[in-house]
Amino acid sequence: MGAIDPTLLLAAIMVAATPILLAALGELVVERAGVLNLGVEGMMITGAICGFAVAVNSGSPVLGFVAAAAGGAALSLLFALLTQLALANQVASGLALTLFGLGLSSLLGQGYQGIKPPPTPRLDLGPLSDIPFLGRVLFSHDPMVYLALGLVAAVWALLKFTRAGLILRAVGENHDAAHALGYRVVRVRVMAILFGGACAGLGGAYISLIRVPQWTEGMTSGAGWIALALVVFASWKAGRVLLGAWLFGGVSVLQLNLQAAGLAIPVEYLSMSPYLITILVLVIMSADRSRAPGSLGRSFHASQ
Amino acid sequence: MTTPLLSINGLTRTYPGVIANDSVSFDIQEGEVHALLGENGAGKSTLVKMIYGLVKPDSGGMSLRGAPYAPANPSAARAAGVAMVFQHFSLFDALNVAENVALGMEAPPPMRRLAARIREVSETYGLPLDPARLTGDLSAGERQRVEIIRCLLQEPRLLIMDEPTSVLTPQEVDILFETLRKLTAEGVAILYISHKLEEIRALCDAATILRHGRNVGTCVPRETSARAMAEAMVGASFNAPRRAGQAAGAVALEVRGLSLSAPSAFGTALRDVSLTLLQGEILGIGGVAGNGQDEVLAALSGERLTDPDTIRLDGAPIGRLGPNARRALGLLAAPEERLGHAAAPDMSLTENALLSAATREGLTRHGFIRWGAARAFATRVIADFDVRTPGPETAARSLSGGNLQKFVIGREVLQRPRVLVVNQPTWGVDAAAAAAIRQALLDLAAEGAAILCISQDLDELLEIADRFAALNEGRLSGARPTASLSLDEIGLMMGGAHDMEVAHV
Repeated sequence: MGAIDPTLLLAAIMVAATPILLAALGELVVERAGVLNLGVEGMMITGAICGFAVAVNSGSPVLGFVAAAAGGAALSLLFALLTQLALANQVASGLALTLFGLGLSSLLGQGYQGIKPPPTPRLDLGPLSDIPFLGRVLFSHDPMVYLALGLVAAVWALLKFTRAGLILRAVGENHDAAHALGYRVVRVRVMAILFGGACAGLGGAYISLIRVPQWTEGMTSGAGWIALALVVFASWKAGRVLLGAWLFGGVSVLQLNLQAAGLAIPVEYLSMSPYLITILVLVIMSADRSRAPGSLGRSFHASQ
Repeated sequence: MTTPLLSINGLTRTYPGVIANDSVSFDIQEGEVHALLGENGAGKSTLVKMIYGLVKPDSGGMSLRGAPYAPANPSAARAAGVAMVFQHFSLFDALNVAENVALGMEAPPPMRRLAARIREVSETYGLPLDPARLTGDLSAGERQRVEIIRCLLQEPRLLIMDEPTSVLTPQEVDILFETLRKLTAEGVAILYISHKLEEIRALCDAATILRHGRNVGTCVPRETSARAMAEAMVGASFNAPRRAGQAAGAVALEVRGLSLSAPSAFGTALRDVSLTLLQGEILGIGGVAGNGQDEVLAALSGERLTDPDTIRLDGAPIGRLGPNARRALGLLAAPEERLGHAAAPDMSLTENALLSAATREGLTRHGFIRWGAARAFATRVIADFDVRTPGPETAARSLSGGNLQKFVIGREVLQRPRVLVVNQPTWGVDAAAAAAIRQALLDLAAEGAAILCISQDLDELLEIADRFAALNEGRLSGARPTASLSLDEIGLMMGGAHDMEVAHV
């Protein structure tokens, strides 16, 4: 058991939590606007391959992340067209989006297997990184970790303090009333969906460019589904999404370390522990009176 | 004469297959309360939506103080000084009062200043309101205040009010009318839509009557009888409900000490509700919306179970029986929410008839549906209750509110219940259809059935109920004979003063 170094463990948690944090944050905004997009997994894997391919070809991880966001957003635009303009069922469209994204990414990814992407440099925070313990845990990561954390704060502040956030919440809470007051329900939702797609794409690219880093088919392996569950159990609150992502990332890293340390618990139990513990904790936390946005998953049509 | 505030000239709007408005013209003067009368589907909603910029007219135009007025959207209408209080409140339950108000404004000030403004305006107009409260926790009257304050903060020239009093207690109506009079004294014009003709007579200076989308006349409400206005709306005379007046029989339904926790965060807990319902009588339960009406219906219909002995039908304990078992015994219920609770919106009328009447009318055999019998039953409901629909295969959703309500009530009445529980039987239904539904309830009681009528329409309860009780925060007052009650006493009962007897010293 002495083989586990707490400093490295905590630093690894920050990294492990980032992909689902990004994806869940995007989905949080989408759901607060009243749309249920089950295609997170598909958008993540599409972002993963788009980012990987562009980063390998251009040699620039920054361009790779931009391409990943664009790829995820492009796929989510398809979902937006289906559900907001053609009024297709959101659950079915979202599931289709996941299947489509998985297929599309394997097609795009042919020829990229076994290649190493250009490394993403760690952000140099100067003396901060030299602080013992805290420097390693908090201040020696790649820029995407900080971008994700900044995004948590931004989404929280947007929803709580700004007029745009208020309109977004109003559209998700009661789309008929929002329409009656003259707000463009469909436009708000399409923008939220695009934001969600871009975030999921970034989350996917974080796996393929930094966390792993290489391309294998289906490499997101359910992270999108965890992100979806996280949003629900976090009661649609940005702060709790962060907590849930850290928890999930933490238990994932911990159980890998425990496996490596040769703990006398069957590997299968350790592997399922992140899912079980995250859901258990979030279920307990979500037992307050917060509830889903009122119009979540319902199609909006401006009738007479 | 001076230039009218709003002048409407030949507005026409058609929907596929329906002419909602057919060259409607009238004027609204500054500082006047102008009533818009008409049955369900007469085109009132479409007309006000055109004024508020939600719907564009096909032809015709409007002018505001002499200048052409064609709002492209509600923001343009608000900018021009037109505000609207909606019939189905356009509020967001999960947001607080200040946030709800901010959403209805073009350029709201920062939240803290807005909260102060809300306090100030709400006190000026006698409508106290706490800006920090969650809207979902407010009573219907308070929710309406939020809408009105939202409009007033924009200093409107014309205020459109769609059925504003349907959910208020008599006292709240008085407060509202006082506010409206204050507004008109300041020169604000009000376009007022209501089914309650006595209110219109008390409040309005002029009235325009719509029938099938056409302007069929104007009148001065103060000088016209309610009956004459109703007949002008319908275009024919109709009979007010008659009661047979007969002695009540044995106890049909008895509820003793019914307490249930709130079903949801925005629901109401029932506290020690007791009532006795006799054969052949109608017991009216009044109260402001959200005081436990839905919960009482759910407990009686069997949607929520209680201790066996809490609810007794003809002396037999039924508290643990589900809805179908209670239906078999003769206890039927028609809930308030037509779409989604009383009827499945996307299923046909035949299927909807089957869902509630399968047991009592024998519409299934060995688990198989007898479609012929089900269709015949649905057809009978349609014929007997004058439901206007192409046929029993029409989806429930496509019926107008009034027609679906007639179907939902008729479906239960024709199953010959021993006890019938209805919630808001004529909500949003026009005068003629409401009279027909009330007559059906009276006839059913005359045949010996016991009827529990939950309603927020006091005129309705006074018209048909033999005894009256009020719900307040989940508590039910004692029942008192309707004949001896005044409106003031009823208002006090609804406000929670259950024991109004002055102590005899």
